[in-house]
Amino acid sequence: MAVLKMKFTQQRRVRLAQGLWLLSWLAVTCGAFIFSLGVYIKIELLRRDEVMENKEIHCVPNLLMMVGLASIGANWVASRVCQDSLDASRFPRWKVLLLLWFAVAALLCCLLLTVVILSYALQGRLEESLKVGLRNGIRFYKDTDVPGRCFQKETIDRLQMEFRCCGNNNFKDWFEVQWVSNRYLDFTSQEVKDRIRSNVDGRYLLDGVPFSCCNPASPRPCLQRHLTDSRAHYNYEYQSEELNLYSRGCRQALTDYYMSLMNSTGPGVLSVILIQISVLLSMRYLQTAVEGAMALESPEGESEGYILEKGVKETYADMKAKAVELLKFAQVDPASDGEGGEEGEKEADATEKAATPTPAS
Amino acid sequence: MPFMSLKFNLQKRVKLAQGLWMLYWFTVIVGIVLFSLGIFFKIELRKRSEIMDNSESHLVPNLLILVGMVSCSLNAFGGKVCHESLDPQKFSKMKPMLKSYMLLCCGFNALLLLLVLLCFFMQLAVYLTLAEGLKNAIRFYKDTDTPGRCFMKRTLDMTQIEFRCCGNNNFRDWFEVQWISNRYLDMSNDVVKDRVLSNVEGKYLMDSVPFSCCNPGSPRPCIQHHLTNNSAHYDYDHRTEELNIWSRGCREAVFSYYSSIMNAIGALIIFSIVLEGMDTAGLKYLSTALETMADPENPECESEGWLLEKGFKETLADMFSKMKIGGRATQVEEGGDSPAPAT
Repeated sequence: MAVLKMKFTQQRRVRLAQGLWLLSWLAVTCGAFIFSLGVYIKIELLRRDEVMENKEIHCVPNLLMMVGLASIGANWVASRVCQDSLDASRFPRWKVLLLLWFAVAALLCCLLLTVVILSYALQGRLEESLKVGLRNGIRFYKDTDVPGRCFQKETIDRLQMEFRCCGNNNFKDWFEVQWVSNRYLDFTSQEVKDRIRSNVDGRYLLDGVPFSCCNPASPRPCLQRHLTDSRAHYNYEYQSEELNLYSRGCRQALTDYYMSLMNSTGPGVLSVILIQISVLLSMRYLQTAVEGAMALESPEGESEGYILEKGVKETYADMKAKAVELLKFAQVDPASDGEGGEEGEKEADATEKAATPTPAS
Repeated sequence: MPFMSLKFNLQKRVKLAQGLWMLYWFTVIVGIVLFSLGIFFKIELRKRSEIMDNSESHLVPNLLILVGMVSCSLNAFGGKVCHESLDPQKFSKMKPMLKSYMLLCCGFNALLLLLVLLCFFMQLAVYLTLAEGLKNAIRFYKDTDTPGRCFMKRTLDMTQIEFRCCGNNNFRDWFEVQWISNRYLDMSNDVVKDRVLSNVEGKYLMDSVPFSCCNPGSPRPCIQHHLTNNSAHYDYDHRTEELNIWSRGCREAVFSYYSSIMNAIGALIIFSIVLEGMDTAGLKYLSTALETMADPENPECESEGWLLEKGFKETLADMFSKMKIGGRATQVEEGGDSPAPAT
């Protein structure tokens, strides 16, 4: 009892081959799209590499790129198969390759689905990575003379200006680190000495933020120093001031950005999965229909196409039996060469007996 | 003696028609690119119209959009003509339109040439508008409560951040205007009163710049206030300090951006003029080759194609004489009206 059987006349077979050829070229462009999507996401992640502590999130674009390339190759092979399918002399050479092709196509669909799931699942890891990376960035902001860290200041400044954010969670993160280098502090000044003595680690902490936290949309020129002191500035109320600095933290801003990037690609990837599945099913129909037609006496006649030759349970039982046989064969073979020899002799006797009756008639 | 004539057999004619068809469609693509460049340029001018006093001229992008559309349609028609040229019936239907079409193409080429000149000369207008607009923008920076100017601060800050520039010519432009609104000045404070009284117009002037002038590439946290006072900051010399704030003026920076866009557009239009010229020349060759076939029924016969029927000088002389005759004919008509009733 075949699964989803359909009748195919010669004309329908030709139409199927042509339609599948077009569909497989569409799938090739979809593969190219997936590849370029992976490249784009990878570039965006690499641009902010300095504020990310680990590279776990990179598996999403890497997987996309691999699947894109594999999809281009597999669907190009599918288009070649379509071209040869209506020629009875050229089609048989694709027989073995087709089994492999089905496995590869199914694997590609599964991988694409995994990518979609991963892009949601790795959000927590991304946030963790950003938290540590940004914390280090803020700590090393002042080290513009230390090799290896001299561009941290510029990176963090540009990041805060571009993503309109300040600090890790919010602007108060800047109050907890010394972000002014000792090179620019006058240690003879009383104010500096007071501040340094006021904490255990001897750091110059202030309630001020760098200029890159300033919000251009504020009606007032930016207030950067003495932020918690309402009396230090005219007509300034620390608790109610909202527009002066960016209120969002950079970790939140970056996570939102990357999540929206990956979510917006979700529908595209899902439609590519659908296209790939339809290519797979159509190829199966084409294969069975053409093979059925080649087995007929008149190749131009009707043939049947199906997804599975027997029902689902029977096919599964068949495959299990085949797998068990393969395993048994592999196990029995090295253990009993002698037994196999006896069986082989018995078989040879049986064939001889079958061959000898002919002279009598 | 035809000008630049060539012999054509059937194969050459077919090759010419095919090559010309592809060239026409390539020119259509160039026309589409011109159209989209026009839209892009228009959007860029609109984005920064606030720092140009809303008085910038949109002549170049509007013309570019128009030219792109006309180029697409003209060249698509040319491609159609090439496609049908090798079918004698269809070609004979098109023949009367060809002369006017080629004159139209020449006129269009002249328009393109005008547009190139405009592209290069309008840059001066952009420069002057920018200078005036930026001067006003810096003056109105503090007016965040005045309707119509409340976004000037944000626009100017974003421009200085994006183009990495400060002030009109340089950062000292900020020393000459009051860029802090009176709403945020404590008028009872002595320091404030001194500054306000120190100049004729009663403006609160300082040697400071807004935060958007700060250079993130500076190794030192940004120094915005008391820029000319070396003793106000530790280890600071305002004459040798280069990285602290952007040294370029915004007029220079924004103008070089627009200038590069307009130069690129000009170069593309010159390329488009060359393409159009080649198209028209090819079409002239094709149409004359098809017209001068000795035996119209036999497609295999040889024919001759040229650019001008007579030599270059003779064609010019012809054109002048035609214009003179045309002029004289109108004169004779006017003069001839009066003697007629007498006879």
